[in-house]
Amino acid sequence: MSVVTPMKYDEALAKYEPVLGIETHIELGTASKMFCGCATGFGAEPNTQVCPVCLGLPGALPVTNHAAIDGIIKIGLALNCRIVEWCRFARKNYFYPDMPKNFQISQYDEPLCVDGFLEVEVDGETYRVEIERVHMEEDTGKSLHVGGATGRIHGAVHSLVDYNRAGIPLVEIVTKPITATGEKAPLVARAYATELRELVRSLGVSDVRMEQGSMRCDVNVSLMPRGAAAWGTRTETKNVNSLRSVERSVRSEIERQAGVLSAGGTITQETRHFHEDTGTTTSGRSKEEAQDYRYFPEPDLVPMAPSREWVEELRATLPELPAARRRRVQAEWDLTDAELRDVVNAGALDCIEATIAAGADAGSARKWWLNELSRRATEQGVELADLPITPEQVARVQAMVVAGELNDKLARQVFEGVLAGEGGPDDVVAARGLKVVSDDGALAAIIDQVIADNAPVADKVRAGKTAAAGALVGAVMKATRGQADAGRARDLILQKLTTP
Amino acid sequence: MSELTGKGAGELAALMASGEASAAQVAQAHLDRIAAVDGEVGAFLHVDPETVLAQARAIDERRAAGEELGPLAGVPIAHKDVFTTTDMPTTAGSKILEGWRPPYDATVTARLRAAGLVILGKTNMDEFAMGSSTENSAYRTTRNPWDLSRIPGGSSGGSSAAVAAFEAPLATGTDTGGSIRQPAAVTGIVGMKPTYGGSSRYGLIAFASSLDTPGPFARNVLDAALLQEAFSGHDPMDSTSVDQPVPAVVEAARRADVAGMTVGVVKEFSGDGYQPGVAARFAETVALLESLGAKVVEVSCPNFTYALPAYYLIAPSECSSNLARFDAMRFGLRVGDDGARSAEEVMALTRAEGFGPEVKRRIMLGTYALSSGYYDAYYGKAQQVRTLITRDFDAAFEQVDVLISPTTPTTAFPIGERADDPMAMYLADLCTIPSNLAGNAAISVPCGLSDDGLPVGLQIMAPALADDRVYRAAAAVEGALEDRWGGPLLAQAPDLAGGAK
Repeated sequence: MSVVTPMKYDEALAKYEPVLGIETHIELGTASKMFCGCATGFGAEPNTQVCPVCLGLPGALPVTNHAAIDGIIKIGLALNCRIVEWCRFARKNYFYPDMPKNFQISQYDEPLCVDGFLEVEVDGETYRVEIERVHMEEDTGKSLHVGGATGRIHGAVHSLVDYNRAGIPLVEIVTKPITATGEKAPLVARAYATELRELVRSLGVSDVRMEQGSMRCDVNVSLMPRGAAAWGTRTETKNVNSLRSVERSVRSEIERQAGVLSAGGTITQETRHFHEDTGTTTSGRSKEEAQDYRYFPEPDLVPMAPSREWVEELRATLPELPAARRRRVQAEWDLTDAELRDVVNAGALDCIEATIAAGADAGSARKWWLNELSRRATEQGVELADLPITPEQVARVQAMVVAGELNDKLARQVFEGVLAGEGGPDDVVAARGLKVVSDDGALAAIIDQVIADNAPVADKVRAGKTAAAGALVGAVMKATRGQADAGRARDLILQKLTTP
Repeated sequence: MSELTGKGAGELAALMASGEASAAQVAQAHLDRIAAVDGEVGAFLHVDPETVLAQARAIDERRAAGEELGPLAGVPIAHKDVFTTTDMPTTAGSKILEGWRPPYDATVTARLRAAGLVILGKTNMDEFAMGSSTENSAYRTTRNPWDLSRIPGGSSGGSSAAVAAFEAPLATGTDTGGSIRQPAAVTGIVGMKPTYGGSSRYGLIAFASSLDTPGPFARNVLDAALLQEAFSGHDPMDSTSVDQPVPAVVEAARRADVAGMTVGVVKEFSGDGYQPGVAARFAETVALLESLGAKVVEVSCPNFTYALPAYYLIAPSECSSNLARFDAMRFGLRVGDDGARSAEEVMALTRAEGFGPEVKRRIMLGTYALSSGYYDAYYGKAQQVRTLITRDFDAAFEQVDVLISPTTPTTAFPIGERADDPMAMYLADLCTIPSNLAGNAAISVPCGLSDDGLPVGLQIMAPALADDRVYRAAAAVEGALEDRWGGPLLAQAPDLAGGAK
């Protein structure tokens, strides 16, 4: 196959209209597996969370974990789906060493949740992503291919299989084709994955960590010439392991397909693999090798028939969903759209809300998390929520600021101390001797000295240029190593220089 | 044969309860019998005398300690090699599982142990329970104790032969299309297929999940009921297990009467394909039932004609998927793993060598029937037929309490006669398959000898969960026939060279 140069993104979008489809697998955070009682914790020694059922030993039979069914129904409801009254599991048959039974218990033509939607926002515009289906299945084991350059089976000397993951409940969410997104396609894909992650996280049914594989996206992309009626041939990109990769993989696949098409080539319907390092995809399994999965109803399990009462009970347990929460927060905190977007993009909603709950005002809570703390999180390469400081501690610092015990500069030093593990805010204040100097007597002497040292500036202030007082305040702060109450110092300086 | 091996399970249990015999003595007597005759019968794949005697001594100790024991405590049993056992290999008659020692007990195994039954060993079977003669075993030929040149039925032929040869008073079996009833019929013993879901499939190596049903073999109806009661009942490990009380089968077997019952003769199960001696014994039994006070009517179940072809799409389809797990990766045989071959190649080589021809035939049939583009015409259509057959039963049971037919069209056929003719082999299950497709209860009870001197079985079928009705009628027939014969039919079986019975 000849290598075709990808087309530049803008050029590709001028010629072609992309159509997307996203299949997302989410591992549910149930205590036990889908069809047996084995534990599901991430990171255990290989093959220690297994039993005859999830190893597919002869004679073993599956029994459905009802907590998993609760979880998928919640997801279905949150995605505005219809929960069917009766459906079955089906067997998807194919041979692979990490699949213990050589069939996967899944759902085929009778999914549990159907016909939903999720609204996502990109650059102030709302896109409704239609959900085709949400179904329940079991995860496979995990293969580790040893000895090859790529970590893939081709070229490997041998392979190891860890069956701890085999049988973990997996929810698959399939969108309908996502059309009419134009050049925003990569952003819409990313926004969808982001919103879905937030939604599922808010339900508390999965930790949705893409880096640990508890949320995985397969992204389908096809192009059609602008103005054409029929969709093009699609490819399915796997191994898309971060939100950023969702966006990049769509973009790169659009560029690649546009290159192929405009060179007169055809797109092969195939699975492609995304590579984080190059930001491009390479060919995986092609359609010629595609399997006939020989789906049929799983005879070892009885049909699922969630009663309407059960579904309504679950609906009643749904928490406030992310979109509604954002609308509420925007109103309560009085944010512009742009401000809200900053909060959401920083992943600071929970932190700010908890800080407000602990007593801080909305403006200050937002200020600390978005500025000082976001900066430190970025420096340390961690998520905001993973910083070793609690919203309660942030609220405590702010309370000290309000009480005049700390100023912003000192507050930042307190944060630094807390993040460095020096204890809580009060510990840091005590240990570092951080205290605002607002005692007028102590300040007055320093101010007199500062005025004497900066006579020309003082004269300007006397002449009515009160803005020049800032320099004197700065000098006071410097002299007190930041501990002075800057507002009070300013008042005193002005009083001294402008009062007749 | 010692005095002890000639006795049934209930009698042995009574002897042990009264202290007239110990479980160890009973076990030893059966081990001696196995040693004497199993060389020619070939019922067992695995017998470990030490393990057997240890189980028996444990029962004796518990009894001596005054422990309350179940009604079958100390009674020996032969266990079909399709149930997993932690203390014995489990092969399902297949080379692909040679030497496999399961890490867990099947629910049926666990319940046998809990009931104090002494497991003598594992019995031979058609590979993965696919067959009607036990000739498809990868390990050995099992012979019919009535005529060693003939088949003992299948797939549970090791179990039927063990019971008929007095090597064990009880045995377990599994019935997917007749694999308990047909071997019981051709060896002159009692074999029962309980209602689907009435006995747990957990740890039963699957052939066809929607059909497989564990059930008992015994030399009389009451013993079969005692065994069924011992291992039946809801199992949370099997989603298809019925969560209802076990029908009162022992009480029904003791009641043993058909007075006032309406018995339906299945019209479709008669005619040319039936051996004259089989048809004659069946007709005599119909007359007997009337003489016992039953009202006998003829009932048509028109869709039963399609049961066999529907079964040979559904069962292979399920087996093609169920048997996919035998891939050399985690357990069992591994062929060709020389370090250079891929996992895929090792899987293919292992399956090519590990599975026998009948298993491969059914995997291929099932794979084809489930294939994209063929599913609707084959698997889908067969499931529709299955529904029609269930409706035939429902309609019939509105008119009658039980349905009857010959269990099999012929008596035991000679070893080798049908081995190369799958269609002829499949016909052995013609009459038994409908109850598997509908999931209801059905038994085979001896009803005499055909002109060839070989046993004939009567099949009695009842609605799902009406297992007790089957036992009640079977026990009545058994009682009346044994009065007529002056004892059990097995008394007329020839002596085995290894020891007089």
